[in-house]
Amino acid sequence: MSKVTERLYNGLVKENPTFVLMLGMCPTLAVTTSAINGLGMGLTTAAVLALSNMIISVFRKIIPNRVRIPAFIVIIASFVTVIQLLLEAYIPALNDALGVYIPLIVVNCIILGRAESYAYFNPPIPSLFDGVGMGLGFTVALTCIGAVRELLGAGTIFGFGVMPDSYTPIGIFVLAPGAFFVLACLTALQNYIKLKGEKAGKDRSRFQSGCNEDCMNCSDSGCARRFYDTGAEKKEGEN
Amino acid sequence: MDSVKELLILLISSSLVSNVVLSQFLGLCPFLGVSKKIKTAVGMGTAVIFVITLASAVAGVIYKYVLQAFGVEYLQTIVFILVIAALVQFVEMFLRKAMPSLYEALGVYLPLITTNCAVLGVALTNVQKEYGILAGIVNGFATAVGFTISIVILAGLREKMEYNDVPKAFQGMPIVLITAGLMAIAFCGFSGLL
Repeated sequence: MSKVTERLYNGLVKENPTFVLMLGMCPTLAVTTSAINGLGMGLTTAAVLALSNMIISVFRKIIPNRVRIPAFIVIIASFVTVIQLLLEAYIPALNDALGVYIPLIVVNCIILGRAESYAYFNPPIPSLFDGVGMGLGFTVALTCIGAVRELLGAGTIFGFGVMPDSYTPIGIFVLAPGAFFVLACLTALQNYIKLKGEKAGKDRSRFQSGCNEDCMNCSDSGCARRFYDTGAEKKEGEN
Repeated sequence: MDSVKELLILLISSSLVSNVVLSQFLGLCPFLGVSKKIKTAVGMGTAVIFVITLASAVAGVIYKYVLQAFGVEYLQTIVFILVIAALVQFVEMFLRKAMPSLYEALGVYLPLITTNCAVLGVALTNVQKEYGILAGIVNGFATAVGFTISIVILAGLREKMEYNDVPKAFQGMPIVLITAGLMAIAFCGFSGLL
């Protein structure tokens, strides 16, 4: 498999940011009230992720190790601003639906995580496709969660009615509590698969985020601790 | 905007009705990560109140007197995230020198809040809803109080839950998420308040 397709497969399936790594949970819960919102948020994040990965990779030899996190943040924030302005101009409806969650892509730990663990150590083209793969993985996950919530909560998918008229929508699934319940079931499913894998002797521990920690049990939102590590330990790329 | 009555309404609506964690999903990571014990939850909550109130004041001033004055409002995201990061580091250094006892209590939590999406979220919401500086500070404070209320309640529930017999697949995070979901239903009840 060539490097490019390997990266795409890695992001979409093997290390899917939502289902496997459990990264970037805030937008996952907040914007998945419908499939179309999930799709829009996913694609926006994917665009930012791919572009920032590529640029960070281009500049990886120039950015000093000590100030790499602020440098990453500035690059990511610039792309978020660009994308936000484009959305405002061309797809205002989506911009209104996603609201404050678009600028908040800056603090999405998927993006900083990929910059840290992949783009900073690899050449631009694989980094770009790593971003595309991860972004598409995120998009697929968000669209799926959005479709489930929309189906249960409103009886439609992408706005098309698919449930029979006799179906009474369970409104709570498009409200805030529904998001927590859907995510709870998802995490439980992941736990179940992990437990089963461990019984069969498979080691799942290699599925980790960029900071070597389990994102769901990490109090360090947006991996802020990295702002403070001035120790110049330059990790080798884990992939 | 700045009459006392409106500020009071803002206080209640930001802390209870549209609770930052349970209805807007901001600051979810510390909410789930630091809610194992009531004591740490209170520490985290206090640190969040401190940082968000300060950050919304500073962000409000910078937005009004720098960004708007020069007509570069579109730079808000970049400027806010850098300001917040610098502010947290500065506060940490200041507390360590000037108030060691407060630093002892909050110190561990401060670095964790730098890129907390709630902090940036509040700064951006203040701008989006066109709050003045005072209303922005009140909104920031109320949001942080809402965060503290919900994280302390969750920590209390989790301390009790230690002794429960939870199905294997639901142990750990899933059951916490279910609890948070039930809390979110309860907080939906506040929506009739205003």
